[in-house]
Amino acid sequence: MRISTVGYSMRQGVKNIRRNKMFSIASIATMAACIFLFGLFYSIVINFNYIVDKAEEGVAITVFFKEDATQSQKDKVGEDLKNADGVLKVNYISADEAWDKFKDDYFGESGDLAEGFKSDNPLANSDNYEVYMSDVSKQKDVVSYAESLDGVRKVNKSDVVAKTLTSVNKLVGYVSAAIIVILLIVSVFLISNTVTMGVTVRREEIAIMKYIGAKDGFVRSPFVIEGLLIGVIGAVLPLILLYFLYSKVIEYIMVKFSLLNNIVDFLPVMQVYKTLLPVGLALGVGIGFLGSFVTIRKHLKV
Amino acid sequence: MIELKEVTKEYSKGVAALNGINLKIDQGEFVFIVGDSGSGKSTLIRLIMKELDPTSGTIVVNGQNLNRMKHRKIPMYRRGLGVVFQDFRLLKDRNIYENIAFALRVTEKPTRVIKKKVPAALSLVGLAQKYKSFPKELSGGEQQRVAIARAIVNEPAILLADEPTGNLDPTNSWEIMKLLEEANERGTTVLVVTHNQEIVNEMKKRVVTMKKGVIVSDEKKGGYSNEN
Repeated sequence: MRISTVGYSMRQGVKNIRRNKMFSIASIATMAACIFLFGLFYSIVINFNYIVDKAEEGVAITVFFKEDATQSQKDKVGEDLKNADGVLKVNYISADEAWDKFKDDYFGESGDLAEGFKSDNPLANSDNYEVYMSDVSKQKDVVSYAESLDGVRKVNKSDVVAKTLTSVNKLVGYVSAAIIVILLIVSVFLISNTVTMGVTVRREEIAIMKYIGAKDGFVRSPFVIEGLLIGVIGAVLPLILLYFLYSKVIEYIMVKFSLLNNIVDFLPVMQVYKTLLPVGLALGVGIGFLGSFVTIRKHLKV
Repeated sequence: MIELKEVTKEYSKGVAALNGINLKIDQGEFVFIVGDSGSGKSTLIRLIMKELDPTSGTIVVNGQNLNRMKHRKIPMYRRGLGVVFQDFRLLKDRNIYENIAFALRVTEKPTRVIKKKVPAALSLVGLAQKYKSFPKELSGGEQQRVAIARAIVNEPAILLADEPTGNLDPTNSWEIMKLLEEANERGTTVLVVTHNQEIVNEMKKRVVTMKKGVIVSDEKKGGYSNEN
């Protein structure tokens, strides 16, 4: 295709958008709404994942040893747990460390109250492994595995937290995916409608093109460009809006709910956009192309 | 140049718009196709344009067998044809210059060629001064002249005109026929479908008369009357 022909097709594509102003605006608006919602859900999901990941790291299993367990047995348990699936890290807590931690947690600043136990550590047999999970859904398996190991007396775990985090994570993922898929289908349908309108309005022109000897690509390209432009504009607008909105919302949440500062941590906007920007643009271009290409193949028997 | 052998076209089973047509038109000929409505004249033109495929028989144009022509080859084939319609079929939202340039643009001619050829074609049809006008600002005759300019700007070997004077008064009709005759004098084969008895009888060209899908007469310097 000649450069002048490419230029001509581009101009015609822009002209189509201007000619079907209302339909084009409706398509751009729908596309923008879809990409905006996509961006919104994506931001929520990715932040939720981030928060869940952080929380998962904090959920630990505690493995206690039998009184008669030897040091080599304890070391072996530590090694086996480190190699178990879904385990992030394993920390050995000696009896003294366990007592110090208990003192801090229980007596706080009144540490002198615990002085009476100085030479007689009540947690003498409480040395243990703290096992941190990289995937909280595997906690149950790791617990069973730990219980089966030689020298292990007891395994403490938090089933409720693990289960809740896993199921909420799954639910948010499924709901977001379903909403995004529905929105994308709606976008394809709307772009397809806009292009159909364009084809109908230009039916006479298309017929003349065919009589004169235009190739299929020449007839189709303005419509594909129209779809692509709608897709790109419909993607760029919400992405710009979301960029500014994201930081503002995070800032607002942190100011309004300062308690959250210590509990949750949100991803910086640049990290979200590292994926959201290319995916959002690709979605816009992809839907625009798909919507227009499929439609003109259907309506233009050239 | 154009050869139809035993061509039959049925739109629905058993109803033939053309029935076993045999026709040969040589290069540089000027031929009128005449006949009543429904005689198959327009079907003939549409078959030559490869807008329709024959139910049976073969059509060869410029040495190309249209029956075997692949879909992707059709645009290149049509670039060798110029087509003029009764209703002009100009693009209403573009001026005269752009309407003619459109024919060149569609065939992917470079801009410098377009800038040279469009004014030349407009001069040939006597509308060089009106290149900025829009179709609605022109008379019917002028619009048809623009359509002819668009049809000849690619210098086609064959010019097909389907009732080109059907919407025009006698004076304008004669002007259009004169333009078609001039194109023929420059070497273009011209095929004109018409009802206009006066013009056909006056011009003394080859006349092919059709009735109910068959050719009933083919005369070298023929005429046309209602009895046909």
